[in-house]
Amino acid sequence: MTELGSSPVVEPGSGDRASEEELSLAPEQRFQIPPALVNAGAPILGAIIGLLIGALLIVIAGRDPVEAYASMLKGAFGGSRQITETLLKAAPLLLTGLGFTVAFRTRVWNIGGEGQYYMGALLGGMVALFFPEWPPGLLLPAMLLAGVVGGMLWAALAALLKIKRGVSEIISTLMLNYIAVLLVAYLSRGPLQEPGGYLPESAQFVEAARLPGLFGTRVHLGVLIALFFVPLVYVLLWVTPLGFWLRAVGSKDSVAEYAGFNVEKAIFFAMAFSGALAGLTGLIEVSTVHTRLKATITGGYGFSGILVALLGRLHPVGVVLASVFFAALFIGAESMHVLSGLPETLAEAIQAVVVLSVLATDALAHRGQAE
Amino acid sequence: MNWSLILQWSFLIALVTAGIRLAVPVVLAVLGEIITERSGVLNLGLEGVMIMGSVAGFLTAYYLENGPMASAGGEWSAWLALLAGMLSGVAMGLIMAVLSVTLRADQVISGVTLVVLGHGLAAYFYRQAFSSLTARVSGMEALPIPLLSRIPVVGEILFNHDPTVYITALMVVAVWFLLFRTTWGLRIRSVGENPAAAETSGVNVGLVRYSATLLGTALAGLGGAVLTVVQLRLFREGITAGRGWIAVALVIFARWRPGLALVGALLFGLADALQYRIQALSQVERGVGAIPYEFLLMLPYIMTILALLYRSGRADAPAALGRPYVKGAD
Amino acid sequence: MRGIVKRFPGVVANAGVDFDLLPGEIHALLGENGAGKTTLMNVLYGLYEPDAGEIWLYGKRVSFASPRDAIASGLGMVHQHFMLIPPFTVAENIILGQRSPREPLLEDRSSVYERLLALSERYGLAIQPDAEVWTLSVGEQQRVEILKALYRGAEVLILDEPTAVLTPQEVEELLAILHRLVDEGKSIIFISHKLDEVLAASDRITVLRDGKVVDTVDASATNKKALARMMVGREVVLRVSKKPANPREPRLIVRELRANSDRGLPALRGVSFEVRAGEIFGIAGVAGNGQSELEEVIAGLRRATAGQVIICDKDTTNCSPREVGQAGLAHIPSDRYRRGLLKDFSVADNLVLQRVSSPPFTVHGVLRRDVIRQEAQRLVREFDVRTPSVDTPAGKLSGGNAQKMILARELARNPRVLLAAQPTRGLDVSAIEYVHRRLIEQRDAGLAILLISTELEEILTLSDRIGVMYEGEIVGVVDAREANINEIGLMMTGSKRQGDDVKEGAA
Repeated sequence: MTELGSSPVVEPGSGDRASEEELSLAPEQRFQIPPALVNAGAPILGAIIGLLIGALLIVIAGRDPVEAYASMLKGAFGGSRQITETLLKAAPLLLTGLGFTVAFRTRVWNIGGEGQYYMGALLGGMVALFFPEWPPGLLLPAMLLAGVVGGMLWAALAALLKIKRGVSEIISTLMLNYIAVLLVAYLSRGPLQEPGGYLPESAQFVEAARLPGLFGTRVHLGVLIALFFVPLVYVLLWVTPLGFWLRAVGSKDSVAEYAGFNVEKAIFFAMAFSGALAGLTGLIEVSTVHTRLKATITGGYGFSGILVALLGRLHPVGVVLASVFFAALFIGAESMHVLSGLPETLAEAIQAVVVLSVLATDALAHRGQAE
Repeated sequence: MNWSLILQWSFLIALVTAGIRLAVPVVLAVLGEIITERSGVLNLGLEGVMIMGSVAGFLTAYYLENGPMASAGGEWSAWLALLAGMLSGVAMGLIMAVLSVTLRADQVISGVTLVVLGHGLAAYFYRQAFSSLTARVSGMEALPIPLLSRIPVVGEILFNHDPTVYITALMVVAVWFLLFRTTWGLRIRSVGENPAAAETSGVNVGLVRYSATLLGTALAGLGGAVLTVVQLRLFREGITAGRGWIAVALVIFARWRPGLALVGALLFGLADALQYRIQALSQVERGVGAIPYEFLLMLPYIMTILALLYRSGRADAPAALGRPYVKGAD
Repeated sequence: MRGIVKRFPGVVANAGVDFDLLPGEIHALLGENGAGKTTLMNVLYGLYEPDAGEIWLYGKRVSFASPRDAIASGLGMVHQHFMLIPPFTVAENIILGQRSPREPLLEDRSSVYERLLALSERYGLAIQPDAEVWTLSVGEQQRVEILKALYRGAEVLILDEPTAVLTPQEVEELLAILHRLVDEGKSIIFISHKLDEVLAASDRITVLRDGKVVDTVDASATNKKALARMMVGREVVLRVSKKPANPREPRLIVRELRANSDRGLPALRGVSFEVRAGEIFGIAGVAGNGQSELEEVIAGLRRATAGQVIICDKDTTNCSPREVGQAGLAHIPSDRYRRGLLKDFSVADNLVLQRVSSPPFTVHGVLRRDVIRQEAQRLVREFDVRTPSVDTPAGKLSGGNAQKMILARELARNPRVLLAAQPTRGLDVSAIEYVHRRLIEQRDAGLAILLISTELEEILTLSDRIGVMYEGEIVGVVDAREANINEIGLMMTGSKRQGDDVKEGAA
């Protein structure tokens, strides 16, 4: 043996990451906010900050914020009709939000919900327009399926671009949004235009192509479908190995590949799943609200669904709560607009501020832990 | 449709001239985003920043022209409006910087949310000001460069524009100079590559990232204002029509270089101009062969995807892009 | 430095440390990983603010809010991970953060080059100012770091583990440079955990343990054994005892393997070797000579451009990590935190990572939480992983326990071949001893182990045969019992291939 070999092998480690070792030694002992409290507290705090900033905007407009908010609250929950409206608004937010939950858990940034919504509406709507003679028992399932397929295919395109060529899905899904809207705009004033009609829109769907109401109310099957996906997404993410795989791919560490998970398939699945739900939402909305194809079938769910998913902490139960909150803001703002003339886009601004506040609160809590 | 019309000389000149004009807001936004991303901050909120710039610029111009100060500030109104656009960009940039630099929140999420905020606020402010009527502003006069603008063809294409076109051209050089010839540029690039190393060399990482983010959003805000104040002279909701997102994509296409950004944005501008021209022609002769204008409107978005197809998967990005910096720990 | 205290959440990294440096001396700071050496120096350099204590420099009390202040006061630091910007040139790296004489414009290149060359000549630090840093060897990068400090007028130079990445010959060169610097009147703080170097290089030695100073001694008045005892606080087992190997059939065969680096340049240029059941085959070499590419190609994480990998008679060239695992390979990855564990997932989830979707952990498409936890509890006990519970997020574990967890997971897969890359990097002594013992145990039980490590001592301690890697090739394979440290060192720098005679003055 040689000189160095005979020296005491005290510490063959190169000393790499020494500082990290020092930082990550033991469970934290210093003051720390319990994660559970951050999880629940941040959205509530965020909501308060959002509403406060909203109040500021109302004041800037020279109105009384208390009065404005009161009219909003009344508009959203003031009676059974208002509550129905809020529920009907919450359903599409919930459905898209659940899709984004799965995508974002996998760290797939699908920003293309809007386009997938349009494509779902288009494909489903075409089924309704081409087969009006089918009985509801056949027509509705076919439409729902077509809606799912439409959204899924549009999202799959972005997934393929990412997997095969490394194109950022953020940009591609966004560009596909604009393309899908323009495609629907063209088709509904061109080939799909109502025969003999003057407006740039298709013929109205037959009665059989509209999702039935439940128990004689305006609350329709779409709300049930959205609720059905709440436990489904939970089971998918936390009870099946598929969910384990998706969440592993979504963790920032590049462990999934090492552990033998197929990262590309996970990206594809997450993208397709969220696209499918956005497409389904689009179909439900054209079937119940618009009842025909035209350029303006959007409800902006492709974007507000993203915020709902974030505010709901990417957890199905949280997404339910967030979707109701957002729906109330939307519906409330509409009635506020009617009553006081304040622009209803205030709702959108408040929603964004709420989510930004949640981001800030999260980051602050996280900082408290890291330092 | 009569394709020979498109190939006429005068048509081509008009097309290129318009392409240059239409590229201006995008060039400004891309330049801004290049500065920001070079410092390691990925600001995906560009679309929101631009739309805030366009509403702030437009409202400022409108009130200066029609408000009580109309007589005083009339001729400067467009310039002040552009300044307002920049300032609103800075305000949006401040939100982004606080979230991503100080609080180290996820930059993708922050950026996307910033877009929604921009859309919501812009629409709120505009509708607050004009509940129904469509307002217009007078914009900026063209400023032909003496002598140069008389050169046949070239003069028409390059030297017969409004001042923002020239300013933007200078800006390309200025940003390149800033990034590669000044100490501040060296600091920006170092912070985007390896903030820990920059810090130990005596660079204030947070300060540099703040300044780069704010400068970037100021340029994007300016781009938004140019669009509404100088070019379209009106405001609509969603008027930026994805230009902010296209700018983000063009940064990748341009490999974080100002010169290539100009090329990319000009391509975009040409596609946009072509789309307008063909649309106009199609309306003249609504024949069998007319291309539906929706497909022409798709052109810039399809081109953006194609550009990324061609460029993606290369490792040119600043190494620390999108990653928050924690002092002391690597 | 008087009474320096620095706390991190859950840890006191420095608990009242006193340290003094005389002009013109080389003062070594010795201690284990986690003893607080680096923290102490980061406090001195203004990167961390101390929770208590004071710093005096040339008789004046100072406090540094940032490295900028420290630099202005004549301090310079060469960090363990070099603090250089790879795409920048040497000159750009050196002037970064400095005021330019024609602010805000960058200083004229030629005048920077001129001053740099003058400096490099004075101290014998050969560099090329216009070379981009990523093209330089590790030793050259270190010279750039030293030059960077000198350029800023450093009188006191702090070197944090400067030899960790160098070959024995490069270490000699570095020590020569340091002595030249001291002759020029500079003072040097030399952080290390390697006793030989510390004794060879320094005038005085301060030993740190658990954030406290054990003692400061003259280098001439101490020896390795005494230092080791001070460092660890108990008698140190000098070697892992092991029986002679009993190698059997080849389990891992690598033939003429070629692959590219992330930059698309050839990183492996025809690597061939085999690892047999019941032996540890060590790959020695300076970091960056293709070891990480070799690791990734074998594990299925990087494409081979040519050649073959055969695991237990199955050709696994360019197979997915899953297929490679099924062929019998287990893998302890070199980048433990990025690749080895899911920080936000529980210890239990991490322990069944690759097996989670197969029975008994998944039955009828449903995860069996109870079965997973049981298995985790068994492994945690068997491998002595110290964790509050198996539900704790893996990111909360200390480095040693995280590595034990990974070891447990990989061995629980019943592998035929174990690929262990940098298995003890950054661990403390007891964790290192544990990992080493387990590896030897597995070898004796008939496992084929491929050990990739840039720590020569580790390679020498554990391996039965040693392959030396240089610039993507195996330049020699030696029997560990006949290994000659100098010969291996020369191979590591490419100055010698197996079968060559040692060239005069090649080092």
